[in-house]
Amino acid sequence: MSAIRCTGLVKRYGDVLAVAGLELAVTAGECFGLLGPNGAGKTTTIEILEGLTPPDAGDVEILGLRWTGGAETRALRERLGIQLQDTQLADKLTVEETVRLFRSFYRSSHTVDEVLALVELEEKRGAWVGKLSGGQKQRLAVACALVSRPELLFLDEPTTGLDPQSRRQLWDVIGRFRAGGGTILLTTHYMEEAERLCDRVAIMDHGKIIALDTPRALIASLGAEHVVEFALADGAAPSVDELAALPGVRAVRPAPDRTALTVAEVHRAVPALLALLERRGAALSLLATHHATLEDVFVTLTGRQLRDA
Amino acid sequence: MRDHPLVQLTLARMREFYREPEAIFWVFGFPIVLAFALGIAFRNRGPGELRIAVLRQTGDSALVAALGHAPGLTVTVLDSAAARLELRTGRVALLVIPGEPLVYRYDSTRTESRLARLQVDDAVQRARGRADAVRVEDERVTEPGARYIDFLIPGLLGMNLMGSGLWGVGFSVVQARTKRLLKRYMATPMRRSHYLLSFVLSRLVFLFLEVAALVGFAWWMFDVGVRGSFGAVAFITVLGALSFNGLGMLVASRARTIEAVSGLMNLVMLPMWILSGTFFSYARFPDTMQPFVRALPLTALNDALRAVMIDGSPLMRLGTPLAIVTAWGCASFVVALGIFRWR
Repeated sequence: MSAIRCTGLVKRYGDVLAVAGLELAVTAGECFGLLGPNGAGKTTTIEILEGLTPPDAGDVEILGLRWTGGAETRALRERLGIQLQDTQLADKLTVEETVRLFRSFYRSSHTVDEVLALVELEEKRGAWVGKLSGGQKQRLAVACALVSRPELLFLDEPTTGLDPQSRRQLWDVIGRFRAGGGTILLTTHYMEEAERLCDRVAIMDHGKIIALDTPRALIASLGAEHVVEFALADGAAPSVDELAALPGVRAVRPAPDRTALTVAEVHRAVPALLALLERRGAALSLLATHHATLEDVFVTLTGRQLRDA
Repeated sequence: MRDHPLVQLTLARMREFYREPEAIFWVFGFPIVLAFALGIAFRNRGPGELRIAVLRQTGDSALVAALGHAPGLTVTVLDSAAARLELRTGRVALLVIPGEPLVYRYDSTRTESRLARLQVDDAVQRARGRADAVRVEDERVTEPGARYIDFLIPGLLGMNLMGSGLWGVGFSVVQARTKRLLKRYMATPMRRSHYLLSFVLSRLVFLFLEVAALVGFAWWMFDVGVRGSFGAVAFITVLGALSFNGLGMLVASRARTIEAVSGLMNLVMLPMWILSGTFFSYARFPDTMQPFVRALPLTALNDALRAVMIDGSPLMRLGTPLAIVTAWGCASFVVALGIFRWR
């Protein structure tokens, strides 16, 4: 059964087409990621699905219900947990008071103690929201989303701007919700987050989904599992054709500061690359290899980096 | 009960208010400071001592002797430069220039100066032998409720109801909107009516304290009483508070930034501070303006409060002002609901 189903979704802001005919189906029990650069239309999409922004065209079905207003909308709201991208909760309320307030809006809900335990904020229950760290505030925002015991959890860039430790703590929270059988739709522009949390990932660009699969399958679609990056201190760079002809190289992406090669076998490609540069008399200023990531998938699909796209 | 959304929303409103020291000052402290300062500055001294000057030239000492016996006059002899300065700055009410004829120099638009002229002339004429044609007797009474402070306190009460009604709603709503908190609430099954009602309820809780503080202070410090019933005062203040809550919602219904809503608030409140008879009677404005002035909600509220506090009127006789206050509140609330930006 699908938890989320939408077809032909369109949203326009003036001249800007924020969502351009989007189609999506999220299965109950999975963690689904919308991955894309800023401005790709992720937030607009998730807010349409959350029933907060009316689409210009298209059909949305959440848990088998529609945003028709009135009783159906209220019934649907009871079953969702939502964290918005930049909500600032009231600074002068304590953590406990904030959770209690959100809890009061729902018919069935976790107790305050339960939800604070879920996000590990028990020792901060008496603290004012304004005094919390960024990571704690974000966990409180997720607590307010979890308090309703939702079947479906929407998270819009839950870890943006957090330090690595806070990010991992939030991943644990999301992981526990998922392990309990919940469905999650999250947006992110961190590939690492998508790879770590999501069963399936849709890569978005310019309001459209340009690729959709499991993170492993998306990376496998590159046809190679490794990326070799190099830059030259001096000397002329070999042409793209020359590089593409090296053994094991599947794709070449030249960029002003470095050239990236997608390769199947590092142990064959790297010696061949070094030999080529040796013949040219070019000296390296950088040579690095890493496992291919969703970032590489995005770059291959769009020719742009995620972070500066 | 405690976990009812309306209770929780109201508690949140109240907590956000009393955890903000500035808000406490503006709602409770400021009107008391204002009442204290104005009450001291305009306390009824009676006409008191009138300072007048006699120009230093021939004949001044005879005049000083004649005026010295008059009650309520303080006489100084000044050179012409000093006399001109003191007269211009209002430190003396009147300048007497000795000679034939005697000249009184004063500003005839100043009440004090005209009073001084009457007193000085009387003293001078008596010294020259004028006798009273009719025997008169003074009977002095002091009516409670006739002092400036008696007039001022109901006005301050009305002004405070307007200020806290508008700011209390406007600021919180717009802040919730700019912080995307309003949108976050819309993502829950919270009822919109509960959200708006929570402002009204939390307001009513603080209203009681606010009114008690100002009325209590005025009674303790200046002996300003309430001639009518306390029930009538309570009814009018609740009605006024609700009405200005409605106006506050209207002002806050669309604004996206604190700056925008602050501007709108001042636009709404400033004319009423001046026109609605808070600090001085609106009867001073020209007749053509009167219908407009009387139609303002603060004017109606002040009139009703004064009628009960000073004249002891029963509520039955205050139909018109109370209807104006109610109409403003209802109309604003309905329009606000229609155009409210919930995100």
